[in-house]
Amino acid sequence: MAQSSASPKDFRLWPFVVIAAVVGIAAICFAYTAGWLSPNRLTPKKLVAGLAPPGGPALGHRRNHSKGICFTGTFEANGEGSALSKAPVFVRGQYPIVGRFNLGTPNPNAEDAMVRTRGLGILITTPDGQEWRSAMINAPIFPVSNPQAFYDLLTASASKDPNAMKNFIGANPGFLTFLPWAKSDQWTESYAEEPYNSLNSFLFVDESGTKHPVRWSLIPAAQPVSISPAELGKRGPDYLEQEITQRVAAGPQHWKLMVTVANPGDPTADPNKAWPADRRTIDVGTMTVQQIEPERDGPCRDINYDPTVLPAGITTSDDPFPAARSAAYSRSYNSRTAEEADYPRTATGAKQ
Amino acid sequence: MTTTRTRFAVPQRILHWLMAICILSMLFIGVGMVSTITTKYLTLVQIHKPLGIAILVLALIRLALRLYYGAPALPADLPTPMKLAAELSQYIFYALMIAMPLIGWAMLSAAEYPVVLFGSVHLPSILPVSPSLHTLLWHAHYYLAFAFFGLILMHVSAILFHKLVRNDGVFEAMASVSTDDQPERPTH
Ligand code: HEM
Ligand code: HEM
Repeated sequence: MAQSSASPKDFRLWPFVVIAAVVGIAAICFAYTAGWLSPNRLTPKKLVAGLAPPGGPALGHRRNHSKGICFTGTFEANGEGSALSKAPVFVRGQYPIVGRFNLGTPNPNAEDAMVRTRGLGILITTPDGQEWRSAMINAPIFPVSNPQAFYDLLTASASKDPNAMKNFIGANPGFLTFLPWAKSDQWTESYAEEPYNSLNSFLFVDESGTKHPVRWSLIPAAQPVSISPAELGKRGPDYLEQEITQRVAAGPQHWKLMVTVANPGDPTADPNKAWPADRRTIDVGTMTVQQIEPERDGPCRDINYDPTVLPAGITTSDDPFPAARSAAYSRSYNSRTAEEADYPRTATGAKQ
Repeated sequence: MTTTRTRFAVPQRILHWLMAICILSMLFIGVGMVSTITTKYLTLVQIHKPLGIAILVLALIRLALRLYYGAPALPADLPTPMKLAAELSQYIFYALMIAMPLIGWAMLSAAEYPVVLFGSVHLPSILPVSPSLHTLLWHAHYYLAFAFFGLILMHVSAILFHKLVRNDGVFEAMASVSTDDQPERPTH
């Protein structure tokens, strides 16, 4: 190309049109990617906002499963899990756990007897620094089949439209299979008497690289004692936290970690569908809860029990939930840690 | 430094274009991942972390190359404000290329996340767990990302201005594919 320095006098418009076009197109692509041009995109922000009670979220607290209490303990692997996964956490040995018992409600002050869903978050660390985080609940199946349906459920239950729930159930009939458990009044009287289920499916990857679709459950050693929510209500709004504190102070509590392997064709992508009861189930070790600590200044407070924090040897499957949960939990974590001042670490001077 | 050079050295040019692609990708991956709950979220996060750390490594190499080779002088007739803007923007680019990955890494450390690059390979934590530090760094990562994108748009406008309006050789200093240095600037 002939090189000649343009004199400032012979002004040409087209170069500026080209520059504006390049910058404009780049900016539009960026805005599109960021979702600013797609008001209907289900973003983590929208999903988390959908969880909030009518008065807005409880500042400084988890946006769901907000009421909880920390614990520390161990996971003692018996070595059986190594046949399915090369994760070091399954090699025979004992690994520390930081966990959290919780209630499935966005209200940290909810009364125990108002909340059917109880949950458990665990973080297991192996000596090489790898982590396995999992957040599980006591329900046998999840109310819905995919994250969009979960958002629709939140929207329908918050809606003033009397037909909202009916329309939701029409579109998501799987919700009906969740109701017998949700409506049953056979609750237990302790966090220690509950099973906690992953519900989501993951893949265990063994030494040869073979992938095994699995779900897992923590099965309590304690005998469940059935109690109705009405009876539980009489024991006080925070009975579960008092009870687990006393129980663990009296002696450590145990759960077996049971891994269930799918048969080909089992619904791995849908936590609303249980797998048949005869599936191969392997006992891979024991979780022991040794000490309870209040959440306010406890070791679980600033942990995000993101179910996609996995060691090499465990990966996500075709189940769409873990990705959605990871995105939503991160959003919740960012909000609540930025609101630290609204949830002081010492009970004195608490604003609540 | 070699002020007679009219082009950046070949390794500098290669790194420039490689990093341009990486950084633009990072900006799009970043805003894309925080706006979706689909499985793309996990894929994008899994690219974001190792690619960001790769940019940190490349930026340090690039800084060393810059100190070693220097940069071609800007055209003598370039108005002073434009010269200042050009020089200042280079400092800001280097600062951002190094700061953004460090902030990302530190932000995850302060939030007690493992910084997994791939498989079992993970980086050590570089900060103690602290909600207030996490919040500060999270805001910094967010606002600096948009500043970065804005600066890139300005940079692209400026370089197109050099090429299309002034045609003064500044564009060729980085864009040329030829491996030899021209002895002199075309018309000045
Ligand atoms: C798309 C569906 C879901 C959404 C949007 C969602 C949302 C949330 C949010 C925002 C938190 C608080 C996170 C934090 O601030 O650290 C949370 C916690 C929790 N979620 Fe979910 N969740 C979903 C599905 C599930 C499923 C399928 C399970 C169980 C199988 C589950 C069990 C739990 C538990 C146990 C916690 C408490 C973890 C802790 O102690 O920190 N969630 N959820
Ligand atoms: C040149 C390097 C980098 C660039 C240009 C970049 C850019 C971005 C952008 C544009 C976002 C989205 C901001 C928003 O809209 O919220 C983002 C988010 C994020 N980045 Fe980076 N990033 C870089 C390096 C890193 C590194 C090295 C890490 C970690 C090792 C990291 C971790 C993250 C995380 C975790 C988020 C999500 C923040 C949230 O929770 O909202 N980034 N980044």
